[in-house]
Amino acid sequence: MTTPIIRIREVHKVYRVGAEKVHALRGVDLDIQRNEFVAIMGASGSGKSTLMNILGCLDQPTKGVYELNGKLTHSMDSAQLARVRNEEIGFVFQSFELLNRATAHKNVMLPLVYSRRHFWGARRRAAESLRRVGLSDRMDHRPNQLSGGQRQRVAIARALVNEPSILLADEPTGNLDSKTSDDIIALFKKLHAEGQTILIVTHEEDIAGHAARIVRLRDGRVLSDNPTSQDPIHQDYVRRSLEAAQRAASTEGVTA
Amino acid sequence: MILVRLLLQTVLLALAQIWANKIRAFLTTLGIIIAVWAVITVVGAMEGFKGFMLDQFATFGANKVWVFPRMPPGQRDRYSWRQVRMTIDQVDSLLPNSPSLAAITPILNLNADIQAGDRFLPLASIQGVRPSWHDIEQRYVTVGRPLSNTDEEQRRQVCLINDKGVQELALPEDPTGTYMLVQKRRFLIVGVVETRQVSPMFGGDEAQTEVFIPFRTGEAMREFPRMYAVATTKAPELYEDARAEITAQLRRMRNLKPGEPDTFGVEAIEQAIAQVKAMLGAITMMVAGIVLISLIVGGIGIMNIMLVSVTERTREIGLRMAVGARAKDILTQFLVEAVTLSLIGGVIGILLGVGGAYLVGELAGWRTQLSSASIVLAVGFAACVGVFFGFYPAKKASQLLPIEALRYE
Ligand SMILES: Nc1ncnc2c1ncn2[C@@H]1O[C@H](COP(=O)(O)OP(=O)(O)O)[C@@H](O)[C@H]1O
Ligand SMILES: [Mg+2]
Repeated sequence: MTTPIIRIREVHKVYRVGAEKVHALRGVDLDIQRNEFVAIMGASGSGKSTLMNILGCLDQPTKGVYELNGKLTHSMDSAQLARVRNEEIGFVFQSFELLNRATAHKNVMLPLVYSRRHFWGARRRAAESLRRVGLSDRMDHRPNQLSGGQRQRVAIARALVNEPSILLADEPTGNLDSKTSDDIIALFKKLHAEGQTILIVTHEEDIAGHAARIVRLRDGRVLSDNPTSQDPIHQDYVRRSLEAAQRAASTEGVTA
Repeated sequence: MILVRLLLQTVLLALAQIWANKIRAFLTTLGIIIAVWAVITVVGAMEGFKGFMLDQFATFGANKVWVFPRMPPGQRDRYSWRQVRMTIDQVDSLLPNSPSLAAITPILNLNADIQAGDRFLPLASIQGVRPSWHDIEQRYVTVGRPLSNTDEEQRRQVCLINDKGVQELALPEDPTGTYMLVQKRRFLIVGVVETRQVSPMFGGDEAQTEVFIPFRTGEAMREFPRMYAVATTKAPELYEDARAEITAQLRRMRNLKPGEPDTFGVEAIEQAIAQVKAMLGAITMMVAGIVLISLIVGGIGIMNIMLVSVTERTREIGLRMAVGARAKDILTQFLVEAVTLSLIGGVIGILLGVGGAYLVGELAGWRTQLSSASIVLAVGFAACVGVFFGFYPAKKASQLLPIEALRYE
């Protein structure tokens, strides 16, 4: 079997707030293979964001091992971690985090400014990345001239521009309405179909349903880790929403 | 290559950032603007003033030495005027005893009534001089002939008069061969000398009538003639030697014992020039001090605004780190922004400073000399201020942890 892109073992994260300690992660194991599309689910406060930040090398675990593409991250210094964030990880935030002064094109180019790759053709690559998310016609717009969904697409284009081995998205649809959320999910599916490895955090079952695998967290531990088709909670959700749809259809039939 | 792009991006970014907060940026750099403005205007004006002063001194001749009687200050009762006044024997003893001297002339000051035809001038300036006076003072005749040794030896009643005198006495344009009365004696006018305008700075006012007669002729007109001497040294830098030689000789002639003060003065233009240079140097130092203080104040302004900027942009810093900016990239970004800010201040300061220096020169009537050194210095200082005061905020920004910066509200 090939080495997984992500391999974490016994990861703990303890936040210190004053004298109090918050145990956000209590020993998480997780492997993500190449070209997987995984959803992480869990109640609010279950440690999803904490886990994503650690996977994105934005934060470090208090204890435990994190191997990214076979390299141990805890032995890296801050400059090496910066390079990992630049070249191997594409991070999508719930709140987009775009630079308001810069155009969509400039925003997407940002990772290339700090990259050793693509010295020539950075502009072209950024334009190509925007095309992939369907925003070729919005290159010179600033974030405040774009809708929420478009802003998130710019953020996704930025995350993709340096060809990361994994795309991490922490509640990417959390700030969007359901119609726009569907568009973003469709985009993720398209990227996955093109070969991109994707890990998204969500608390919406219907969004998680698009992933091939669902990892559920509770109180900082992995509760379950199943293919979507075998996840009991999700299958239950699918059945119930189907029934609800049928009921709605039949009442409609009665009134008609 | 990545460095070049990063630097270029950073400069563009800094400019955009500054442009986005124009008013704030301008107010922030005001300290630097004023400092650079001050240094360039003052240094420019000073250089202009120095040039002007040196030009003025040059009209006197750079290698001239004056020897004159002077009561030792505060000892008026100890020395009588007879002891202090200068005699022709003393003056005549100087040239043979002072090898640094090239020429010397005694100058006898008489004030006497003069008259030509029906024009009468009371108490005009009459000076008794030797023929060497022409070369020493660089004043030559424009009409007629100079004073000669024969005039001197035979105590001839001849005189030179300046243009102004020709006018005042309503003499013909070429007055040589005509006579005028000096203290009721008939003098033959043999030549005309140009009027020399003395700068108001040296106490000169409107040009006056001047009459020059042979020294010995003048000497005979007074019982106790008052005189001083003007000499030239063989080279300007010999003035200290000349002064020492003259002092020794006059003390010997006057039998002054060791410990007794000099009863005469010896002054040279070179010395005055040195004094002016020293004074200007002192003023420049003072201005440099003021400029340094305002640069520091300007620098603190920059530091303050950069700290605000770092706080305002904490999330942006977090984002940049999240997409791969290293601590040193963030450091560079904020440092470049601080330096750009202070350089903009520097450039505005230069423009104002150059304008100011020319304005001062225009108003004061001297030629402004802008030294490129002062401009380079000012810009260099501005950049240093940017680096120095921008470092702390930049360091602070670069030490943020990505996740903490992103969480910042
Ligand atoms: N920076 C922090 N400091 C202290 N506690 C934190 C911090 N971030 C998260 N937590 C705590 O850690 C737990 C997990 O939070 P988080 O990972 O954000 O959960 P989720 O994203 O699943 O809602 C929560 O109890 C939260 O209060
Ligand atoms: Mg969260």
